[in-house]
Amino acid sequence: MKKNWQHVLRFLPLITLLALLSGCGKDGVSALEPFGEIAREQAKLMIISFSIMIIVVLVVGIIFTYVLVKFRKRKGQEEYIPRQVEGSAVLEIIWTVIPIILLAILAVPTVAKTFSTSDTTSKSVTKDAVVINVTANQFWWEFEYPDDKVVTAEDAVIPTGRNVIFNITSKDVTHSFWVPALGGKVDANPGQTTKLRLKADENGTYSGRCAELCGASHALMYFNVKAVSNDDYKAWINAMKDGASEPTTASAKEGQALFKNNCMSCHAVDSKDAGIAPNLENFADRKNIAGFLDHNKENLEKWIWDPQAEKPGALMPKRGVNNNLTKDQIKQIADYLFTLSVED
Amino acid sequence: MTTISPHVHSPRQKQGFLAWLWMWLTTLDHKKVGILYLCGGGFFFLIGGIEAILIRIQLAVPENTFLVGSAYNQVLTMHGTTMIFLAAMPMIFALMNAVVPLQIGARDVAFPFLNSLGFWLFFLGGLILNVSWFLGGAPDGGWTAYTPLSSEYLGSGMDFYILGLQVAGAGTLMGGINFLVTIINMRAPGMTFMRMPLFTWTALVTSALILFAFPALTVGLFFELFDKIFGANFFNATNGGNSVIWEHIFWIFGHPEVYILILPAFGVISEVIPTFAKKRLFGYSSMVFATVLIGFLAFMVWVHHMFTVGLGPMANSIFAIATMAIAIPTGMKIFNWMFTMWGGQIHFNTANLFAIGFIPTFVMGGVTGVMLAVPAADFQYHDSYFVIAHFHYVIVGGVVFGLLSAIFYWWPKMFGKFLNETLGKFTFWFFFFGFHFTFFPQHFLGLMGMPRRYFTYFKGEGLEAGNLISSIGASGMAIATILLVINIVITTAKGKKAKGDAWGLGRTLEWSIASPAPEYNFAQTPLVKGIDPLWKAKMEGNKKLTPAEPLGDIHMPSPSILPFLMSLSLTLASFGFIYADINGMGALVFAGIGIGLMFLLMLIHSLKDDHGFHIHKEEIIETEKGAE
Repeated sequence: MKKNWQHVLRFLPLITLLALLSGCGKDGVSALEPFGEIAREQAKLMIISFSIMIIVVLVVGIIFTYVLVKFRKRKGQEEYIPRQVEGSAVLEIIWTVIPIILLAILAVPTVAKTFSTSDTTSKSVTKDAVVINVTANQFWWEFEYPDDKVVTAEDAVIPTGRNVIFNITSKDVTHSFWVPALGGKVDANPGQTTKLRLKADENGTYSGRCAELCGASHALMYFNVKAVSNDDYKAWINAMKDGASEPTTASAKEGQALFKNNCMSCHAVDSKDAGIAPNLENFADRKNIAGFLDHNKENLEKWIWDPQAEKPGALMPKRGVNNNLTKDQIKQIADYLFTLSVED
Repeated sequence: MTTISPHVHSPRQKQGFLAWLWMWLTTLDHKKVGILYLCGGGFFFLIGGIEAILIRIQLAVPENTFLVGSAYNQVLTMHGTTMIFLAAMPMIFALMNAVVPLQIGARDVAFPFLNSLGFWLFFLGGLILNVSWFLGGAPDGGWTAYTPLSSEYLGSGMDFYILGLQVAGAGTLMGGINFLVTIINMRAPGMTFMRMPLFTWTALVTSALILFAFPALTVGLFFELFDKIFGANFFNATNGGNSVIWEHIFWIFGHPEVYILILPAFGVISEVIPTFAKKRLFGYSSMVFATVLIGFLAFMVWVHHMFTVGLGPMANSIFAIATMAIAIPTGMKIFNWMFTMWGGQIHFNTANLFAIGFIPTFVMGGVTGVMLAVPAADFQYHDSYFVIAHFHYVIVGGVVFGLLSAIFYWWPKMFGKFLNETLGKFTFWFFFFGFHFTFFPQHFLGLMGMPRRYFTYFKGEGLEAGNLISSIGASGMAIATILLVINIVITTAKGKKAKGDAWGLGRTLEWSIASPAPEYNFAQTPLVKGIDPLWKAKMEGNKKLTPAEPLGDIHMPSPSILPFLMSLSLTLASFGFIYADINGMGALVFAGIGIGLMFLLMLIHSLKDDHGFHIHKEEIIETEKGAE
């Protein structure tokens, strides 16, 4: 019984991996379904190391199973004393040298890819690259496009097929910037800047998240990376520079006035300003509220009413619960925020 | 105090509860200290286990609200901290105390007083950490306590973490020094280094690792203490500090720490497998060499915990190669174990099942370890559930399997009674399957983008099935643990009595004396003539080992309450510091009193003349007769 089960166990990783590679999870999230050059290189390394390791597991598994079956204690052998073998120089050299060779084979692509995927400075990757300065905060992300002097938050827009160099830092604690479908993570350290290069193959929205424990809402510190065609990207940058159009409905106009009095000391609605809270210039274009809630007015009203109920430890004051704003006023602000669009 | 007779193994029946309590508070006997470590470690293991179950309940279904935000962070932090520092470490010390002096033919450890002090510091340090639940919230910065989150952004929980670990860590350091000296200085005549049992070898290397690794933690914790309580800026970037320094300090300690845990587990496997294959350990010399090499490499690889920090491809590559190198001595061990069984006669009892189950489980943890050593790929694995799966495969599949094997193997030596085999086998199978069901799916959850330390995940991300299987698996391990507790309770009441050579297959010196060992261990120090001296003697037809000395009075250290009082005074000092952060600097008075008391007790210990006591020859002859 043990024997059969052990066999199943040996092959389980391979079977499951194949199943996963053929696609089980949501598109654009998994490290095993790369949508970009870096993630693809990293997935290749995973496969190389996995293949070498599966050899090790198989060899150990076969010897292990054989030994357990062949040399188990059988009835009527109580007095049997096995030969006391001291060791075997030949065998011991074999299982020292073969792993060294296997590891040497693995070490070559490891070092090569570690250098090539970490390259953010050579001419070949910086020419035509888009630079985005990322600032991590408890518990949101700010994206600044220094070449165009554009600031946004939560959703980064990048051009498909071009290298993007992220300069990453943190305003408070250590965070980690991770977009699994596009590539591995790098930490956002306070007082330092780390660099990460990513490149998307296809247009689409890729989910990103924080990967270093950063406080109560670490688990809700998501962001999105929207890859669009180069032309759309340029159009988006220009639209961001122009700003969102003014609200037209009465309710939204009321909301704008309320926003100016209550929210603007932290939230900017102009892409030139960073502000101490997320910039909201293209709020209506974003995929989520606060990084993770579905993007609808109902959720936005709930969020403004009591942010901590949705996202523990968020720094935004409880406008509704603390009676600064009525439900109707919050509705008006929501109406206003949903006019903040730079897309058509 | 010199009147405690060696006959009294269970004074409870003969004296009152207070006398029994006093005996445990004051004991310096390594075997009793070992039992204390086992009880303390077991107690915290159950607490850490409950925390693990809480985590799995929260993650069983998506968007669960059972335990969110800081509450979840408290549970995950305490789970990690408890399991590493308060469960695994003391259980390792329990085994070292129970077994190492017996394996080298010694009558006690080199420093019995320090031994007891080490235990009480660990235990009270653990209590300091755990009372935080009732005093304003437990630590919630992760067991790694990364700065500046832990030093500036979180509440008083982290004070308990800093002070609790400082006190417990001091105890561990003392234990390490004690066993280093014991193993180097107190071996029986003829017990050369290359004749030492492998468990003693791993205890020696682990003690050396403790000696070099724990001071780094102590220094780091002091920095964090100063940042948190006195407004220093070691890790505060805005004032010129550097938070990455903490990561270096922590992992310079933290990586050796995991080898401190796994090496004795390797030692256990190297004892159990030969015993129950009736064969000597295959490739003894290479096993020793591999142990020392792993211990050495332990200090060369800490950056693989920090590949994503941004240290650059050069640093990452160097540490990647160093990390891969560890696979070589570890692989040697795996093959040596399998070839120990090759040609042997494998007995499938509970102790050996855990040892055998260790091999495939640890191999799986090992291969994911090599995969993690590839920096560019690690950028994807790092801080995801892939890492969670990996280190639970090596720490539960490695350390805990080793510990459980050791508990079943040495239980008769420690307590004179066997654990129940039927219940034991149920424990094994529940634990083995529960373990793999819990942690195997987590490899894939990580690759599918689930970061560690997330209190929830969303519907439709494809993470539901893996998490549910994982949670169900965890209940298997819980059942196994409950069965073990039941087993202990039942067999303590009426278990099968064990002979000296409890399994009839003993190879090493601990099996040459009565179970449980008499207070003086060896009536006559044995003369060791080779590896596996008892096996050798039995094969030559001798019932007893050749003694290296004539029978005579044996000198023993007197019991002392000072280690307990010293630990209490440091506990008082710790609360002084903790409340200095919570309530203002006035509380530092208590820190001062605590530290003052500590020095006073040290002075008393130094000035008090204590000659110990002798167990007389006649008493020894009497005891030895009873053991026949």
